[in-house]
Amino acid sequence: MNQELTTEEKAALKSIAKNLETFNKQRGNLIPILQMVQEHLAYLPSEALRMVAEYLEINACEVYGVATFYNQFRFHPPGKHPVKVCLGTACHVRAGDIILENFERKLGIEDGETTADREFSIERVACVGCCALAPVAIIGETVHGHMAPSKVEGLLMRIEIEKDIAKREKEKSESEQT
Amino acid sequence: MVALLVNDREIEAKNGTNVLQACLDNDIYIPHLCYLESLDLPSASCRMCFVEIAGEDKPATSCTTLVRDHMVIKTDTPAVRRLQRTALRLLLSVHRVDCKNCYAHKRCELQNIAKFLKVGLKSKPLNRYLKDTDIDEDHPFLNYYPNRCVLCGKCLHVCRNQHGQSVLTFANRGFNTVMSLYAAAEAPSPSCEDCARCVDICPVGALALKVNQEASIHHPTEK
Ligand code: SF4
Ligand code: SF4
Ligand code: FES
Ligand code: FES
Repeated sequence: MNQELTTEEKAALKSIAKNLETFNKQRGNLIPILQMVQEHLAYLPSEALRMVAEYLEINACEVYGVATFYNQFRFHPPGKHPVKVCLGTACHVRAGDIILENFERKLGIEDGETTADREFSIERVACVGCCALAPVAIIGETVHGHMAPSKVEGLLMRIEIEKDIAKREKEKSESEQT
Repeated sequence: MVALLVNDREIEAKNGTNVLQACLDNDIYIPHLCYLESLDLPSASCRMCFVEIAGEDKPATSCTTLVRDHMVIKTDTPAVRRLQRTALRLLLSVHRVDCKNCYAHKRCELQNIAKFLKVGLKSKPLNRYLKDTDIDEDHPFLNYYPNRCVLCGKCLHVCRNQHGQSVLTFANRGFNTVMSLYAAAEAPSPSCEDCARCVDICPVGALALKVNQEASIHHPTEK
C-alpha cells in the first residue's frame, strides 16, 4: 500500500527516531507517538509504523490496528492538489457522495488515497461552511460550489492544463536565459 | 456448586461459571459466536447468546452473566429469539454467502445457528453490504476472507494466548472493520504454518491455511 519515500521523508524518519527516545516505552504512548510521527511526515508510511512498533516492542499489526481506527491518521501522503469533497449534511442531501464517486473514478483512487505520482489525493470532509453552494468540493485552496458530476472532469483537466502551461513557461524562460 | 433452573430443568454449575458455559456443559444449546472459555473478560460482541432471567426486565447475554443459586432462566422466549434472529440477519447482511465454494461448508457455525433459528442464509429484508476485497492473500501461510468474517475476535485471542502477542488485529472502523494480518510475516514470534490455532478456532470460513485450502478445493471429498 506504500509508495516510495522521498529523500525529505527519509530524513524526517531519522528525526522521528530521535524524537521517539523522548517517549516512555509504554503502550499508552502509542497515540501520542503516532501524532508526533504524523506531524513530521503528514502521514504514516509503513516504515514509520514499523519503527514505532519496534520502539514500543509490540507487533506492527497492533500499531496498524490502532492507527486505522482513528480518523486523524492518514496512510497516504497528501497530494499536491488535495481534493476535499464535502459530505456535510447540506452537501450530502445534494448528492455530495456522487461527486466523491466521480473524483474517485476519474483519479482511480479512493477516499483517503493518493495517486501514484502524488499529484492528487481525495478526502471527504464535513461541512466546510458554505452550504448555500452545496454540493461543494475544494481543490487545493479553491472552493468549487454547485458541483455537478459533469464538472469533475473539467476541473481536473484545468489543473493538468495549468500545469502544462507552467511547465512550458518554465522551459521557455530557461532557454531564454541560456 | 449452585443450582439453577434452565427451561424448567434443574442443572448444577460451579460458582463463578457464566450462564452460557453452564448451559453448554449441560447440553442446553444457546447460539454463540464470540465466546471463548479461555478468555477472562468476554468481549460479548456477537450479541447472539441472549437468555431471559426471571426477575430481570430485559434479556441478557449469557456469556457475561455469572450463575447464581436459584436462578431461573429461559433460553427460548420470543424476545430472545427476536434478538438472535436480528443479530444473525445483520451478520448475514455483510456476508458473502457462497457456501458451496467455502471450505467451512457443513461445519460452519453461521450455518448451524441459521438452521437452529430457522433463518434463511439470505439477508432479507436487509440490504447486503459487502467489502470490495473478498480475499486477503498477503500472508505467506494464511488467507483471510473479509466477507466471511463475523469479527468475533477469537483468532486474535487464541493467537495472543499462545504467543503473548497477536499477529492479528482489528483494523479500520464501522462497516470497514476487518481482521488484519498487517506485517504479520515479519512478526518475530510465531510460525503461523506450524501453529494455525486461529484457523482452527474460526467459527466460519474466514481464515485458512493456504495449503489446506488448496487441498480442500481440489479434492473436496478427501479429508
Ligand atoms: S462462512 Fe459459513 S455461511 Fe459463510 S459462506 Fe462459508 S459456509 Fe457459508
Ligand atoms: S477470522 Fe474467524 S475467528 Fe477471526 S474474527 Fe473473523 S470470524 Fe472470528
Ligand atoms: S455541508 Fe457542505 S458546506 Fe456545509
Ligand atoms: S457469545 Fe455472548 S455475546 Fe457473543
